[in-house]
Amino acid sequence: MVERQSPLTPIFRPAVHSNDVGSISITLSEVTPLSIVEAACWPGLNERLTAAIQEVTGLSVDTTPNAGVVGRGTAAFSIGPDRYLVSGEEDLSARLARVLSEETGTVTDLSHGRTTFRVSGTRAEWVLSKLFAIDFSPAVFPVGEGRATAHHDIFAQIQRSDAAQFDLYVFRSFARAFWNTLCTAAEEVGYEVIEA
Amino acid sequence: MLIPCPHCGPREVSEFSYQGDATRTCPELTSTDVKAWYDYVYNRPNPAGPHREYWQHSGGCRAHLIVTRDTRTHEIHDVAFARAALNRAGEQA
Repeated sequence: MVERQSPLTPIFRPAVHSNDVGSISITLSEVTPLSIVEAACWPGLNERLTAAIQEVTGLSVDTTPNAGVVGRGTAAFSIGPDRYLVSGEEDLSARLARVLSEETGTVTDLSHGRTTFRVSGTRAEWVLSKLFAIDFSPAVFPVGEGRATAHHDIFAQIQRSDAAQFDLYVFRSFARAFWNTLCTAAEEVGYEVIEA
Repeated sequence: MLIPCPHCGPREVSEFSYQGDATRTCPELTSTDVKAWYDYVYNRPNPAGPHREYWQHSGGCRAHLIVTRDTRTHEIHDVAFARAALNRAGEQA
């Protein structure tokens, strides 16, 4: 497989960027997994699709809208009706394709087309709320769940991977611009860029 | 204006793309009825009140929707996945 390079390479600088009172409330990192796959099924076959995802990743994803699960080194969440974004090890796409027949659905390998950012810390909800017009409070966006939304024309699929942690999957070609936007949004609360 | 997407929940209108009037029906593709084609392509009632429209949640789950919106108040009366209605129409054809 062609070796991937991060689109952030020219601008990624692990460093502390404290705010004007010297505090840091969030950390930003790039956590692009080895594989990012969109698994979709034909209408009415959602349970067969989630069974296939469970067989390959061990993650038991619900068929309800926005559902998702975070596992060890793997994650899956709903990004639309009958569609899930699944991340994990390098052979994920091939393994899913073996399990998911054409009669059930399709598997699309997006590993080279997406970049994943992690925003974590006490003010993560606050910073992301500046960018996206969705509710990030844990009552309506619990751990594991996913949302498909957009910041202006930059499409983002977001999963809450921990109580104060969000993973954002954006198009690779927009990743560098979006990273700059994210850093600007985080200046108010102070942020640290860390190596994953 | 918020549109309550059946998959994502209420989202602001900037996430959606308007896809046109959902009240018109396409004539038979082999039809040579000029009036029917003229009505399908150009004639719009432009009602002041509830209107059935296609929208796509292009900045979200990407589903195509049929939305009934009041053109005077932007109140949304009803939202459903378009594919359900289109599949029903296909079965009837």
